[in-house]
Formats: sequence, structure tokens, C-alpha cells
Amino acid sequence: MTFRKYLVLAGITVFSTAGDSLLARGMKDLGSVSLHNLPGLLLAILNPWVAAGILLLLAFFSCYMSALSWADLTYVLPATSLGYVLVALIAHFIFHEEISPTRWLGITLIAAGVGLVAAGPSATPDHQRQSSQDAPRDAVSVEVKS
Amino acid sequence: MKDVYAWSAIGLIVLASSTGDVLLSYSMKRVGDVGELWKRRGVLPVIGRVLATPTFALGLMAMAVAFYSLLFGLSWGNLSLVVPASASLTFVANAVAARIFLHERVGRRRWIAALLVAGGVVLMAV
Repeated sequence: MTFRKYLVLAGITVFSTAGDSLLARGMKDLGSVSLHNLPGLLLAILNPWVAAGILLLLAFFSCYMSALSWADLTYVLPATSLGYVLVALIAHFIFHEEISPTRWLGITLIAAGVGLVAAGPSATPDHQRQSSQDAPRDAVSVEVKS
Repeated sequence: MKDVYAWSAIGLIVLASSTGDVLLSYSMKRVGDVGELWKRRGVLPVIGRVLATPTFALGLMAMAVAFYSLLFGLSWGNLSLVVPASASLTFVANAVAARIFLHERVGRRRWIAALLVAGGVVLMAV
């Protein structure tokens, strides 16, 4: 794990959280959109909050795909759950919202889970997999993997 | 009756999103380390190669199914039931699926972590 890879994992957490928040903020302007009003859903993209949210979610998806290219799914996933913690901490320390003891316990459990995974190995070595199906398919990938 | 609908939506969300995650992860492992490829070949070949992987498109479709199931689930059930239940069950389902289909080594450390995160997500929503 290099510094650049940790940055990508941080990108997953930050971009997904910020993207979701911007989308939620934008959808508030639009009110409830029913499934019968699909053109309304398309026009939602014109709302600047929604547009910015979609851009950030694209950034999230790129980081997520990049991380999956060098780390196990079971390693990357907990990184996405750190977003819940991030939102709660921002709500508490910046917007001074009350956080119930149950939520603090939830935050602690998620953080502990993420810490456990992050302290372990990030990828299953190829020789420990049971099949070779997952082997990269061309010379560059073989070169990159080794 | 509403509960049955909400829980079937939750089941569908968990199934579709873990299928999607497994397919996307499988695709990206076949593509290889994106950062290294980018350095060697430039960004367009990397994007081209990702898009040319058939399982990537399947993974995206599964994610779309998960997203629409979430929308339907939200119209039948409570936000406070559907979102945490599907999110936390997806963590556990993904650990099982990654072990079976991706042959990842899910040791005790990752099992405990998956359960901690799943429990934490439920508590955050209470």
C-alpha cells in the first residue's frame, strides 16, 4: 500500500459522501419526483446542486474502480462505510447537531471494523486463490501484477 | 403485507448490489492495476480496456437494478428500515460472495470487520 493508494481510498469516502449530500440538497429544491414524471427526473440534472453531485459521484466511481483493480472487494468496501462516520462527525462538530449515544456506538463499531480491515493485507496473493480464472489476461497486466 | 414488499425489495437490493460489486471487482482484477496501466499507456487505453470488459457492463446493469429496487423499496417501506437493512446485509453478503466467487481470503479479521460495520450501520440509523 502506497500513499497514492490511501489517497484513492480516501477519495471513495469523501466523494461518495459529498456527492450524496449534494444530490440530496438539490432534490430538496425539486420536491418529490414521481415515477410518472420521468422528464422531471431528467431535468433534475439542470439543477446546479444535482449536477455537482453527479460529477462527484463519477469521481467516486473512478476511485472505487481504481481501488478494486489492486485491492480485494472485502478490503475496499469498509472504506465506503466510513462515509457514515464522516457525515455524523461533520454534523456534530461543524453544525453542532446532537448525536445520540446509540449513534456514537454505531460510529465506534464502523470505525473499529474499518481499522481492523485496513490493518490487514489489502489483496489476496494470486497463488493463494483456488483457481487461476482471475489471472490477468495480457502481458502488461502480468508485468504490472508481478 | 407492506412489510413483505419492503423485505422483498431489501432482498432484491442485497442480491443485485452484491452481484454488481462482485462483477465489477472481477472485471477490474482482469484489467489489472489501473494506476500502473495509466502510467505506462495513458488514460484512454485504460478507459477503453475497462469498457471492453463484458463483465463490467453486467456489473453496471446489476447496480442499476439495485438502484431501482431501492427506489421501489423506499416507496413501500420506511427509509429507516430499507436503507440500513439493505446496506448492512450487503456487507455480509459481499463477504460471502467475495469468498465464493472471487476466491478472496476472508479471514477472521475481515469477517469480524464485516459484522462490526454491518452492526454499526444499523445503529447509525436507529
